[in-house]
Amino acid sequence: MPELPVEIPIPTPHQAVFIMVAVATGVASLLVVTNRNLFYSALCLVGALFGVAGVYVLLEAEFLAITQVLVYVGAIATLITFAIMLTRGIMFGVTSPNNRYMFAVMSMALLVFLLVAGVVDRVPWAVAEDLTLSGDGKSMIVDLGWEFVTTYALPLELIGLLLLIALVGAVMLARDDE
Amino acid sequence: MAEWYQVLMTALVGAGVPEWIATAVALLAGVTAIGLVAPLIALILVWLLRKVISRIQDRIGPNRVGRFGLLQTIADIVKLLSKEGINPSRADFMAYNLAPILSVFGVLLLFAVVPVTRGLIGVDINVGVLYIVALGSIGIMAALMAGWGSNNKYALLSGFRVVAQLLSYEIPLVLSMLAVVLYAGTMRFGELAEQQGNFLGLGWYVFLMPGAALIFFVCALAESEQTPFDLLEAESELIAGFHIEYSGMRFAMFFLAQFLGGFVFAWVGAAMFLGGWQGPGVDLPGIGGFLAAGYMMIKTFAIYLLMIWVRGTFPRLRVDQMMSFCWKILVPLTVGLISWQMVVQVLELPTPVIAVLVLVGNLLVMGIGLYAVGRAIRQEGFRTKRAFTPDSLIGTMQPVAE
Repeated sequence: MPELPVEIPIPTPHQAVFIMVAVATGVASLLVVTNRNLFYSALCLVGALFGVAGVYVLLEAEFLAITQVLVYVGAIATLITFAIMLTRGIMFGVTSPNNRYMFAVMSMALLVFLLVAGVVDRVPWAVAEDLTLSGDGKSMIVDLGWEFVTTYALPLELIGLLLLIALVGAVMLARDDE
Repeated sequence: MAEWYQVLMTALVGAGVPEWIATAVALLAGVTAIGLVAPLIALILVWLLRKVISRIQDRIGPNRVGRFGLLQTIADIVKLLSKEGINPSRADFMAYNLAPILSVFGVLLLFAVVPVTRGLIGVDINVGVLYIVALGSIGIMAALMAGWGSNNKYALLSGFRVVAQLLSYEIPLVLSMLAVVLYAGTMRFGELAEQQGNFLGLGWYVFLMPGAALIFFVCALAESEQTPFDLLEAESELIAGFHIEYSGMRFAMFFLAQFLGGFVFAWVGAAMFLGGWQGPGVDLPGIGGFLAAGYMMIKTFAIYLLMIWVRGTFPRLRVDQMMSFCWKILVPLTVGLISWQMVVQVLELPTPVIAVLVLVGNLLVMGIGLYAVGRAIRQEGFRTKRAFTPDSLIGTMQPVAE
């Protein structure tokens, strides 16, 4: 076989799957903002969230992947879909991405992107070698649970409190005046 | 017995197949097996349901096509395939056509983690139990899409009700499964079965946690939309809620998803509470593996038959009864059960004492639950007497003064 002048990178099966999942996630995310029908946007959002779960699976973070599906697809996406369906004007109407908020939203999105990019770039992330959680999955989940109730007990409780406040607020908003 | 995946890989690589092709072939074989076996099981399930329900109702059931009517389901499928697929006018094309596919897809994915026998599990992931719970959300999305996409306000209303039911009953379902996970300390289905192998393979969790098992069974009925929680489907009365606009094969796909959903919950229940493939003699060389797979199937079909029995004998709940049963009885009971079990397990007690305390907690939960249900049924008697007055509160979820 003659030597090629430029080495063409052939993806390993793992990389090929990653590329497919990543492209699907990206396309779904784009469709979320470009769709004219808000219900389709919500469905595409579900697709994008599934794609992110797929990326987690490829990173061998199964627990995170399942939690992603459970929380984002199971709860949040369903809630969004419900809100859209119960709002008749939105459900049957057609919206356009080129509305008057376009520039404001685009600049906000750019700012958020810069913020995230800066964080990703500057923070000294602990790479896999530093985080030697034991290999088999069972003890990993046990470790995770242990960390939640010891090291990160306060954040966990605060999140629980936040959710409780949101719940009580929702009930207060929804109940009839007597 | 080794993992099926390892065995297949070793055989293929040994035969001189490159490793990446072997991986692809092995994975494809697993996926194909699940994709083919699950619909074939559904054929048996439909036949079994019709036959047993008929016996309960003092009928004979299907008996014309094939011996004992065994081929009736195949004839039905041929009929459904040849039916016209009707598109309602102004139905949303994407949502309408994607919903049946998604509903089957969500159920088929569940078959990937349920165990058949030692080493024969599609994928024995370390979060197997959580996986079962998480994928329930696909079914919810499918119901929403079907209800919305049909362009029929009754389908949409029923879609809302389905989502309300599935989301509500998911909570006690998860908590009852959590009881087992807490005790076993693992979410891997293979390991859950291994841990129930004491006492000649009869150390099943149902003997230790009858309360959790009962709550799991009730929630499984609700999650797979079976009697007494099939008020959304009500095949003979309502002509099937959210998939009312579907016909032909698309209707059959919802049907398939529903049957397989019930079956897979029976399977999960057998794996978690009835010891999985454990039973006397599974460690014997040679026949042990077949014996184990046989036990697994017998247990699963036993739970499925129990579901059919309930279907044939129980009356249907009203929507407000369904909701209050979940939120006022099941959720507090399971939360109490889990809290009790956590306290018991954190105290450093010897294992038999923990087991006895867990059992006591479960029996208490069962007692309280049955008492509460009995009380609700007695109150229902008062309500029914008032049902004929014009300003009745029936169905408004308001408390009735006694």
